[in-house]
Amino acid sequence: MICAAVAGVFCERCGSPQAEGDHGACGVVRVWEPPRYCAQCGRRLVVQVLPVGWTARCPQHGEVA
Amino acid sequence: MDDVLARAERVVDEGIGLTESDLRALLEVGDDDLPALLDIAHRVRLRWCGPGVEVEGIVSVKTGGCPEDCHFCSQSGRFDSPVRSAWLDVPALVAAAEQTAATGATEFCIVAAVRGPDEKLMRQVRAAVRAIRETVDINIACSLGILHPDQVAELAELGVHRYNHNLETARSYFPRVVTTHTWEERWETLQLVRSAGMEVCCGGILGMGESLDQRAEFAAQLAELAPDEVPLNFLNPRPGTPFATLPVMPVGEALRAAAMFRLALPRTILRFAGGRELTLGDDGIREALRGGGNGLIVGNYLTTLGRAPQADLALLEELGEPIRSAELSALSKAL
Repeated sequence: MICAAVAGVFCERCGSPQAEGDHGACGVVRVWEPPRYCAQCGRRLVVQVLPVGWTARCPQHGEVA
Repeated sequence: MDDVLARAERVVDEGIGLTESDLRALLEVGDDDLPALLDIAHRVRLRWCGPGVEVEGIVSVKTGGCPEDCHFCSQSGRFDSPVRSAWLDVPALVAAAEQTAATGATEFCIVAAVRGPDEKLMRQVRAAVRAIRETVDINIACSLGILHPDQVAELAELGVHRYNHNLETARSYFPRVVTTHTWEERWETLQLVRSAGMEVCCGGILGMGESLDQRAEFAAQLAELAPDEVPLNFLNPRPGTPFATLPVMPVGEALRAAAMFRLALPRTILRFAGGRELTLGDDGIREALRGGGNGLIVGNYLTTLGRAPQADLALLEELGEPIRSAELSALSKAL
């Protein structure tokens, strides 16, 4: 999941473009967080955390794995 | 310092919590004395609660969009938080309860980010509690904010085993954490819950900028309440909240605090909850379970992720600490 954040255009934690700024700290804390922003478009995701796992949906791109 | 540790030692035999001034002194135990403090807290827990660890899972039925302004919470609609509103349907709640029961947990808590439940939420909780009780062998707890007496009565009638409503912090510090409702309003709900016969679950979050005096004050206030369970959370500073830039509490400070809560509340379930992964880490949780704690939330939290349940279960096995059964919990309470 962290790889997806790194690979995307936008940071899944802070929502800003991966190319802007240092997202190292985002990657560290993402271990304990679900994604909050779509890596493709940077929109906020609708996230449901479950006891085991989570689901996340982008209004533009659908389900996020 | 030896004197306060000697008084703490007496809690092992007497089962009576320390005074607020002694609790305050424990928070300044030096590093050399910390192992002794943790050992005393562990023996208090074994003597008055037994070796079992109560394991619980939680899920958010209604996420985000909360009208309140709890400064630690990413679900407040008043802050620029990335958390968006979400709503969990009844089949998903049943599935979450099944996931939780599969870990060996005996308690499953349904949580909503609200000031208090409206009829829509009560309808959802009603349906979920009935469905879970029909199909899953687990105690059900709820955390739905401030309740009216008729709502308390209904939850008790539905068979809700325990109600969580955290005071969050010391009465003197609460106005710095929440301004949209009062500590006293929360206290009133807790009294209603107890009167209705549900178990009371009430704890808070450490590391929100409170002083050591206020940390001891909080423990003394919880001791006055005498809840069946005290969940101890450690601040996980969330983006967009007023507490976003507060530091994560150091592990030694957290261990002292946990032991202090045990010595305030010898007989309660002291459960490590949100933020423990950041504050305690893998080694710290091991020490904390040998330093007064006897409860864990396993799996994920409401908006953040936890350790894999298997990792916590393996740790309990390694420590020789069995998961506390629902029957033993009831027996312990009766005694």
